[in-house]
Amino acid sequence: MKKIKGNPIGRGIIYLILVIWSLTTIYPIVWVVQNSFKAKDKILADSFSLPLGDLFTFANYRKAFDNMNILNAYKNSIFISAMVALLVILFAGMGAYALSRYRFPGSEMLNSLVIAGMMFPVFATIIPVFRMEFSWGIANTGSWFLTMLSVILPQVAGNLSFAMVVLIGYIKSLPVELEEAAYMEGCNAFQIYFKVVLPLTKPSFATVAIFSFLWSYNDLFTQMFFMRRPDFYGITMLLNQLTSQEGTNYGLMASAVTLVIVPVIIVYCFLQKYIIKGMIAGAVKG
Amino acid sequence: MGANIYRNKKPVFVFLLPAFLFMAVYLYYPFFKNIINSFMEIKQLGSAGKGFNTPWYSNYVEMFQDANVRTSIKNTILMMIVTLVGQVGIALILALMVDNIRKGKQFFRTVFFFPIVISATALGLLFNLLFLYDKGMINQMLELLGKQGLTDWKAEGIALVTMMLPVMWQYVGFYFVILVTGLNNISDELYEAAKIDGASSWQSVRYISIPLLHNVICTCSILAVTGALKVFDLPWTMFPKGMPLKSTFLTGTYMYYHAMETKNVDYASALAVLIVVLGIVLSKIVNSIFREKDY
Repeated sequence: MKKIKGNPIGRGIIYLILVIWSLTTIYPIVWVVQNSFKAKDKILADSFSLPLGDLFTFANYRKAFDNMNILNAYKNSIFISAMVALLVILFAGMGAYALSRYRFPGSEMLNSLVIAGMMFPVFATIIPVFRMEFSWGIANTGSWFLTMLSVILPQVAGNLSFAMVVLIGYIKSLPVELEEAAYMEGCNAFQIYFKVVLPLTKPSFATVAIFSFLWSYNDLFTQMFFMRRPDFYGITMLLNQLTSQEGTNYGLMASAVTLVIVPVIIVYCFLQKYIIKGMIAGAVKG
Repeated sequence: MGANIYRNKKPVFVFLLPAFLFMAVYLYYPFFKNIINSFMEIKQLGSAGKGFNTPWYSNYVEMFQDANVRTSIKNTILMMIVTLVGQVGIALILALMVDNIRKGKQFFRTVFFFPIVISATALGLLFNLLFLYDKGMINQMLELLGKQGLTDWKAEGIALVTMMLPVMWQYVGFYFVILVTGLNNISDELYEAAKIDGASSWQSVRYISIPLLHNVICTCSILAVTGALKVFDLPWTMFPKGMPLKSTFLTGTYMYYHAMETKNVDYASALAVLIVVLGIVLSKIVNSIFREKDY
């Protein structure tokens, strides 16, 4: 689909600039991956050579797995993010269905409340949320499950309004005739939702779930308030603590960054269509 | 919605209850509670308040006298300008370029976007390594290019640049994708008609692409400005506690500093109120500058 016929030189310059920007995004990742296989002094001496021959070492990774308990942090982070994504699509889906199909007194107000929910920055709610959870005995306890719960609950709430806005837009575009047909067959509202609406809304649920999962997986701020014990750390909290504790162990830092980044990049390569859609849709979230 | 099935309103309550219960308890209530907290005296995150401050607005008086508040507001506004000009500007240039090429569109889209999916904390660590004084990638590279001596990228004066560049860099791809989508929505016929009339490619961009992208650029600008207020993870990882000499605080990191480091919880609440007010005022300003137009 060619719009304008540019001259070859102009096209060459365009490609050159685009490739240069691609290098700024790709090369730092390549750099950190290759240096994660080198000892600290080798990184500082020459960080651009490939880790071949004598330069190559697994020591950083051995240290990462032995000292940092990175697998445990993965487990915590994935558990939290999966629960957040699951609860968000469950609750937001039901709420969005009711708001897009039913008209009742106050439905306009609830719609505005959903939109308003996206405007609250996390900074403005986090302290009262912590104090509330602390008084309930959820936050700052010695229990693994309660600590995870104390992170999951505010993150679910933070993603609900954005998810509902996306889902309302999608459900409203579905033809209501299918639901009417199901009603004629004798389905009640819940059966209609779970058997007719839910399957049709799958693509939007995927968008919302991916965004919620990634947002939660990458979020540091909430984890910093609620995770106090090292064995409860999620992956971003672990990385943050690593800076203060092992800040000069550059090889270890490189391997930790690699271990966190590479799985995400692999998943991104397979799911990029959905991920890009989800991240763009989630932009409106506060 | 005249459908009979939705006459019976009873299920509505069940459908709405979980979502709105969650939002009431975790968003609406804490939001108002936070405003009240900003007038109270609270010394520990977990402990009960000791009643109202004397005078009750003392946190807001302190805010006006606090030099760090001025620094953080100044830095945040600077961050907004950087995100606005840097992110949206670079993204616009890249989007217009990609729109004019045939091969590799998908590749550039994938590559430009991916920093956004990586956690800002991991990127903070990565950039810490890149900007290492003795000697990270940047300093090694400059040395290869023949520069004498090492640059301390985290020294006062240059620290803000070191902090804002990665934030800017991370989100360029995001606005790029939005703008490319906007460009794809412009009908090819317009370009063809312009070509027949003898327009150069620059003129097509100037008189077709940019005016028709106006509303998309407007949306991007508002997202960039409100996004700048939410930045926390990357600056805190690279410059914890406003290092060096509390010169790199943003409103968000300064609020966290008081909540968790100095345990001045009520002051942190007041700063959170300031963040909300700043957000409302600044998005109103951007809205009035980039008013959406109908074509």
